[in-house]
Amino acid sequence: MTAEVRPLCKPAEYKSDIKPVWCPGCGDYHVLMSFTRAFAELGLPPEQIAVISGIGCSSRIPAYTSCYGFHGVHGRSLALAAGLKVARSDLTVVVASGDGDGYSIGGNHFIHACRRNIDMTYVVMDNHIYGMTKGQPSPTTEPEFDTALSPGGTGLRPFHPLVIALASGANFVARAFSGNPNETASIIVEAIRHPGFSFIEILSPCVTFRPDEKAWKDLVHPAPVEATNDPGKASRRIMTDDGFNIGILYRGDRRPYQLHMGQASAELAELEREFET
Amino acid sequence: MTVADGPKIASLADLFAIAYQIEADAVERYTLLAEQMQTHNNPDLVKVFRDLARAEGIHAEEIRRQAGDIDVVVHARKMAKWKKGESPEEADLGAAHYLMTPWHALRLALTSEEQALAFFAHVVETTKDVKVKDMAKEFVEEEAEHVNLVHRLLKKYPRPPESWSQDSDLAIPQE
Repeated sequence: MTAEVRPLCKPAEYKSDIKPVWCPGCGDYHVLMSFTRAFAELGLPPEQIAVISGIGCSSRIPAYTSCYGFHGVHGRSLALAAGLKVARSDLTVVVASGDGDGYSIGGNHFIHACRRNIDMTYVVMDNHIYGMTKGQPSPTTEPEFDTALSPGGTGLRPFHPLVIALASGANFVARAFSGNPNETASIIVEAIRHPGFSFIEILSPCVTFRPDEKAWKDLVHPAPVEATNDPGKASRRIMTDDGFNIGILYRGDRRPYQLHMGQASAELAELEREFET
Repeated sequence: MTVADGPKIASLADLFAIAYQIEADAVERYTLLAEQMQTHNNPDLVKVFRDLARAEGIHAEEIRRQAGDIDVVVHARKMAKWKKGESPEEADLGAAHYLMTPWHALRLALTSEEQALAFFAHVVETTKDVKVKDMAKEFVEEEAEHVNLVHRLLKKYPRPPESWSQDSDLAIPQE
């Protein structure tokens, strides 16, 4: 008997029949395209991938893929994903979030997901604004950005997600730009292949509440140096770059989190007896 | 995308596969734009993008026929990949707007056709393979005709006033 060889999927086969409702011009369309191209490049069947998200424009993405998906609670995508990956280590787990969902509501989960270093890939579509709820400043909004909710700007120092990821123990750190979907797909491929917790910040313009971000396509440029495995060096580079360096910036070699199968789970009958007494 | 970012063309099969993939990518992109416009209730643009997708689909089928025994679909999957940027006829998604007009759609199409023309012209200039050069010249002529066609269509749709993107039903920032 010969084993059935399943043909590799085309990128379009990773898309569901649900049509995105993002604004035309939104960078998230490109990110979806990068996801499907990356999955096709990896040759993963859709049922071996789980796309997990929280709340926000970017978090709609699981519904637009044909993979398993979970559109979860605001800021809790990483908690969901960690549970899933620990229970089903055979699945490729990709987590999607935005700068509000991921860095504000889910900020604490972000830090601890980096620290735990569970083997999954975290993609944050950063547009420096809360788009779905109509334009409030997010943790990455520039301090002087003037909105009706924050006249004259918030005056607050923006969150620096890549450096926080490095300081917290993420094993792979990269920055991408949505408008370059092929390069972004390549970075996603590398992130999924890299063991441990991989974090990609994708600059993804919000054309409705941040039309100024259309200029990003002229500002982004490839990172001038190769990725390092020294988190200190990577942090210094990221702290002093212009915020538009694109590419893989850090590849660590920390051992990913391993589930320790202890006696308790092996002796289920004993556990049941404890409950009965 | 620059022409140099394209895949390497070492044979006639490569050229046909890439030419086919360029048109197939265009079909996919215009279809996506039509779906966006459908979602955002811009029926004029739905029609324009669907028409563009249909036209590109016809071009793709023509290339498939011209290729004869070469399975362009299978061959393209192996090698027609752009490492940087997108393929020449993938219209810029970032330029889309829910209030865009047929003029804007045709300007996007014009840029795409011009990029395809530049790509095949680059092949003509750089290949040493006579068969590839001759076929690439044919593709240059076809793309030049597409460019002219879009120019003719643009004459039917005047440039909209500067206020085209003003929405009387604006999304209101929360106050």
